[in-house]
Amino acid sequence: MLRYTLKRFGLMLLTLFIIVTVTFFLVRMLPGTPLANEEKLPAEIREQILEQYGLKEPLSIQYVKFMGNLVQGDLGMSLSQNGRSVNELLSDRIGPSAFIGFQGIIFGLVVGLLLGIIAALRRGTWIDNVASATAVFGVSIPNFVLAGLLSYWIGVKFELLPPALWGGYEYTILPSLALSVYVIAQVSRYIRTEMVEVLEQDYIRTAKAKGLSWSKIITGHALRNAMIPAVTILGPLTVNILTGSLVVENIFGIPGIGNLFVDSIMVNDYTTVLGTTIFYSVLFLSVTFIVDVLYGVIDPRIRVSGAKE
Amino acid sequence: MSRKKWSIFTAIILVLSLVISACGFGGGTEDASKDTLVLTDKNEPPNLDSAKSTDQVSFQILTNALEGLMRLDKDQKPVPGIAASYELSADKLTYTFKLRDAKWSDGKAVTAHDFEYGWKRALDPKTASEYAYILEPVKNAMEYNAGKAKPEDVGIKALDEKTLQVTLKAPSPYFLQLTAFSTFMPQRKDIVEKFGAKFALEAQNMVYNGPFSIDKWEHGVSIHMVKNDNYWDNKNVKLTKAEVKFLKEESTKVNLYKTNKIDFTEITKDFADAFKSSSERFVLKESSAWYLEFNQREGIFKNKKLRQAIELAIDKKTLTDQVIKTGSVPAGSLVPLDIQANTNQKFREVSKDEVKYDPTQAKKLWLDGLKEEGISPSEKIDLLGDDTTSAKDQMQFIADQLHKNLGVQVTVSPVTFKERLQRGKDGNFQILFSGWGADYNDAMSHLDIFTTGQSYNRGKWSNTEYDALIKKSKDNPNFEERVQDLIKAEKILIDEQGIAPLYYRTRLSLLKPYVKGAIWNTTWGFWDFKDAYLDGK
Repeated sequence: MLRYTLKRFGLMLLTLFIIVTVTFFLVRMLPGTPLANEEKLPAEIREQILEQYGLKEPLSIQYVKFMGNLVQGDLGMSLSQNGRSVNELLSDRIGPSAFIGFQGIIFGLVVGLLLGIIAALRRGTWIDNVASATAVFGVSIPNFVLAGLLSYWIGVKFELLPPALWGGYEYTILPSLALSVYVIAQVSRYIRTEMVEVLEQDYIRTAKAKGLSWSKIITGHALRNAMIPAVTILGPLTVNILTGSLVVENIFGIPGIGNLFVDSIMVNDYTTVLGTTIFYSVLFLSVTFIVDVLYGVIDPRIRVSGAKE
Repeated sequence: MSRKKWSIFTAIILVLSLVISACGFGGGTEDASKDTLVLTDKNEPPNLDSAKSTDQVSFQILTNALEGLMRLDKDQKPVPGIAASYELSADKLTYTFKLRDAKWSDGKAVTAHDFEYGWKRALDPKTASEYAYILEPVKNAMEYNAGKAKPEDVGIKALDEKTLQVTLKAPSPYFLQLTAFSTFMPQRKDIVEKFGAKFALEAQNMVYNGPFSIDKWEHGVSIHMVKNDNYWDNKNVKLTKAEVKFLKEESTKVNLYKTNKIDFTEITKDFADAFKSSSERFVLKESSAWYLEFNQREGIFKNKKLRQAIELAIDKKTLTDQVIKTGSVPAGSLVPLDIQANTNQKFREVSKDEVKYDPTQAKKLWLDGLKEEGISPSEKIDLLGDDTTSAKDQMQFIADQLHKNLGVQVTVSPVTFKERLQRGKDGNFQILFSGWGADYNDAMSHLDIFTTGQSYNRGKWSNTEYDALIKKSKDNPNFEERVQDLIKAEKILIDEQGIAPLYYRTRLSLLKPYVKGAIWNTTWGFWDFKDAYLDGK
């Protein structure tokens, strides 16, 4: 198990290195410079300012310097927001993104799980059909459409919750809801399918024959086994939440990282683009890593085959 | 529940509450209170260092939180701000400003040294200001900025605490109004040095001498301002609070506007029809002209008839009314509508422009031109421009018009703003769809760009008579003659078809009817809310 974990970890670092390197050079291929007033700045002054930003040095030297700082955890100074470091910008923005994302996943998991279980237990009834319809709806509707609809209907028409902005707990509900619908859909489908399969297994019949109560059978035997696929999709789901938050943050005017990312690309703020990319990559890679390890914990078969390697 | 389950449950609750408390939602978004003017902008200011700012969001905050020597009134005329009076020497080269007794928000007096320091700091090459060139009329300013002169050679001198002497390099009809602009605001040496690289990055890292001071700056969310009790004219400031919220998504802003959470928002053409007959629709004037530039380094557009044909083949009225829809006005020339010719008249009033549209004549000129150049009528042409939705729609319309009226195939190449600038500079285009916003309220700001060798003259159109007129106007002390020369120069540019003017751009917004007295700055495009008040919000 340890060897398996270490190997995964090494692969994760390698992937991160490749992502950083490729992004570093790709971002420099964007036309123009990070200067805000590029259109009107006299050429002479322009060169002078670029020199001050350290952008006139050969790219290879800039790369080595950047990697040197990165190893020490320093993402450099933002090029569009003079005087602010990228670390500072990210830590300013991380709270709102993390909160709505986390809340979205938790809510999605809980509701998805319940929906999946109920649908499986009441297979073929109208409850099952409603759950299926919800799932299809959740997977197929893009979250920016949903975000727009939620903001308009719940925020403007019925005025139940704020249509946008950031200010208190009530402001997080709609964005989290918009993000969670996809999670609900995915999780409920997986859980339902697995539950249906698990419920027909011999050990369930054995448990029933032993005289265990129905609720014990569900929580103790059926659910635990049905959870395995849910864990495997947790990784892709988190990524989905991350990418979804780029749009959802914009629609709800949330001062999150997605917002920062889009802005920094628009103004050629190389360091912030890189910083945000690194942040997303680390997050994504860690989630995948954790899911890999968790998988082993939940399903002993994986642990065993991992150890054999 | 078993003990194990309990401990897991408790752990989850703990983590959740940690996350919630770490977020610190802030309190900037409680329901817009009745005494707060709530505006919106797309982005937050990168910083609020007046020596460095380059964007309208920063200009807006700075104009309301700081005050320069002059302030612009509702007709965009300079009226005394921190300067109580000024004298101009007979040769029109030396301004002597007498400062009034004004205070900074921390109680210290605003002195002439603060102005000298702020202006020279903007020019200091170490500051790396991207807007320092706006100080160009000042003697030796550009030389110092380029590292070719010493700071003491620059024509800015505090004679004593209350007297500032400014020497210009040439007589300038627009210098006085420039002193109301952000880059010309005073700065406090002690504050700038105290905060160093963090100066003006937070509300508490700066001091204010304007009608309002910044109370709270929540990054990525909003800037909250309150009336500055230390402002010299505070008895005339009625508004007590103002807030600028930073929001990108247009439908979100419209939703917030409808639910009375904000008092102002810009809208694009997507919402133009929905608010077509609304009394809350407000056209934001700006001094920006949009036009086509022809690459005259080589290729078919060295031929004047072909350039003329292009302009005549585009129905600009339909372009502004049916395609753009945000109030823009068809243009027959370059200098925008709100640029002054002198104190009492606008440039466009003195020199009327004529909007042309003549498909028959266009077709004739096009075929003649092609024959002269020996080019087949099946030649394709390329139109390069921005990749915003609006720009793409406009380019598509132009391409359709040219196809319909000239029979020519036009490919449309939408690219990002930065790429458009790059390709324009490199001359990597055939026809370039571009625009120019005035840096100051004078025709020179637009006309200067089409002189020979100017880097913004992307098509490399060149005319010696034009160049001579512009050169003469740069130091002509006779301002009446200067206006006539500029009118002549503009006529040459248009007659020779150096560009094909399309429209004078305006933007569209929604403004609550109870917002009164706020002044929209037509040159730089922002609100000055010193005189604003909320009538029955």
